[in-house]
Amino acid sequence: MSNFVTDYVASVRDKDHVFEFMQPHYSPKLDVRKGCILYLEDINVSFDGFKAINNLNLYIDEGELRCIIGPNGAGKTTMMDIITGKTTPDSGSAYFGQSINLLEMSEPEIAEAGIGRKFQKPTVFEDQSVFANLELSMACNKSVISTLFAKLSPLQFSEIEETLELIGLKDQRFLRAGALSHGQKQWLEIGMLIMQKPRLLLVDEPVAGMTHQEMDRTAELLISLEGKHSVVVVEHDMDFVRSIARKVTVLHQGSVLAEGSMDQVQNNAKVKEVYLGE
Amino acid sequence: MKENYTMQQDQAVFNRSTQIFLMVLAAVTALVVICNQVFAPDSALHIPTYTVTLLGKYLTFALLAVAIDLIWGYLGILSLGHGAFFALGGYAMGMYLMRQIGDRGVYGDPILPDFMVFLNWNELPWFWLGFDQFWFAMLMVVLAPGLLAYVFGWLAFRSRVTGVYLSIITQALTFALMLAFYRNEMGFGGNNGLTDFKDLLGFDLQSDITRISLFVASAIALAFGYIACRFIVSSKLGRVSMAIRDAESRTRFIGYRVENVKLWIWTFSAALAGIAGALYVPQVGIINPNEFSPLNSIEMVVWVALGGRATLYGAVIGAIIVNYAKTYFTGVLPEVWLFALGGLFVLTTILLPKGVAGLMSRKGATA
Repeated sequence: MSNFVTDYVASVRDKDHVFEFMQPHYSPKLDVRKGCILYLEDINVSFDGFKAINNLNLYIDEGELRCIIGPNGAGKTTMMDIITGKTTPDSGSAYFGQSINLLEMSEPEIAEAGIGRKFQKPTVFEDQSVFANLELSMACNKSVISTLFAKLSPLQFSEIEETLELIGLKDQRFLRAGALSHGQKQWLEIGMLIMQKPRLLLVDEPVAGMTHQEMDRTAELLISLEGKHSVVVVEHDMDFVRSIARKVTVLHQGSVLAEGSMDQVQNNAKVKEVYLGE
Repeated sequence: MKENYTMQQDQAVFNRSTQIFLMVLAAVTALVVICNQVFAPDSALHIPTYTVTLLGKYLTFALLAVAIDLIWGYLGILSLGHGAFFALGGYAMGMYLMRQIGDRGVYGDPILPDFMVFLNWNELPWFWLGFDQFWFAMLMVVLAPGLLAYVFGWLAFRSRVTGVYLSIITQALTFALMLAFYRNEMGFGGNNGLTDFKDLLGFDLQSDITRISLFVASAIALAFGYIACRFIVSSKLGRVSMAIRDAESRTRFIGYRVENVKLWIWTFSAALAGIAGALYVPQVGIINPNEFSPLNSIEMVVWVALGGRATLYGAVIGAIIVNYAKTYFTGVLPEVWLFALGGLFVLTTILLPKGVAGLMSRKGATA
């Protein structure tokens, strides 16, 4: 009974939050008690008769780092589009935690609920310093007045410092973001994503165009995110996926072909046939 | 390589360039006043009051240029209609000055300005009420351009009109206002505008001391306007503006309400332009619909481009250089002026893409 009362009080109080971005932390509604942060069930999408996604079922655990591979046209990007609200599926269901129905939400709402996406091409604010880039992306009150008078609190400052450390750009903090190398820009972009404190990060082809050293560094970075955030990485590069060495999902023609460790997947006969070209 | 590092110091309101700017402005203002007051008219060091007023006019233009630089240089909105806000501020001041004439007009009517008597009007239109009060007029100097900018910006930014389309409708805005103000029935003096002013707050506008005070007031307004803009651009809001300028959709994606940021900075810029207009009118002694002409607004953009965008002090330098050149050329070779302006613009675009301010910071980096 008292539980009911406190829940009710909490729900009334919650109506004070006119601006959702005023809540610095995760959406209180996100419910991961069953240990699963993302549910995609029986999803179908077709574009002009072409079935881009065909009965897709995918579950991501909280804190998990999952790699998704698949040949071109397997539906990887379409899947990302469904999760972020860019594409609406013809049928199926998509839930963030137990209770948040992604199919009923707009793109910014999904972003505010705690799903962040890194696009293939990095877009950083080139004319501003690395530090300012992270400061701008920080989760905080983003209204005009509070932005005008915003001062970094020591806590926020150390958050930025931590992220700089994490993405390995500590020495470049005052460098103009436009002067960074391609790989560094990708890391900065991931750092900007982290500053928004998402619960689930969708990372689309993070190592495209990177050198081997940069790839190793990126793998380390993504592995270090594991636990604190759930991360879904879509990547073509097999060496990179192997170096992350986590659970791998193979997509083919819009549905899951195989799931398991890299070795299991590589030894799967169906996977060999369609993807590894044997 | 040095240019690639953004200095932490830039986040202070009173950074080095601001300190230098304010000191130069204070020194020049003091020097001009001293040279005008202390030295006898026949002395070589004497600055005639006519020149002081001319300099005062340049300072109001400089304030206008700072307002344009705030939205163009830092927010990426190219306004080709900022002359409209400048002129509205000017008209608000002009209406106060008209009401101050009282019965000293040609027709001697204690209430109605001359042009209304000439049009056989019997009473003051409602929108002229209250302009006999200085505080009300000053409020209107800020509110009239501010409100217009707010409504215009609300419509334009909400429907995500950007780039060249926005520039074109700002141009249309000022053109429409020009046509409206040319009409006698509008009640703003038609194409003659408002003129023949006598005094401001009881001080004779022709007297030396009033003119010098207006010059000093312009310098103070420029200093405060500059500091206010500097406060905005050095705040986090300034960094958000630059983010909007460089990658608008990315900024929106992070969670900033881009249209609100644009709307408030745009409105602030318009109000600042209005203040500049209000200081301009008593110094030149006239305001007419020509101030709304699109050509004027384009010329203002040229000042900022020539001085250098996104520095604030560049806008001041540009406004002063171009207007000095204009005064010089229109005096010596009037028919050459427009060619000179065009040439100046083409040359800076080719040789100094970052304007005069860019030249200065390049010198500073090598020194």
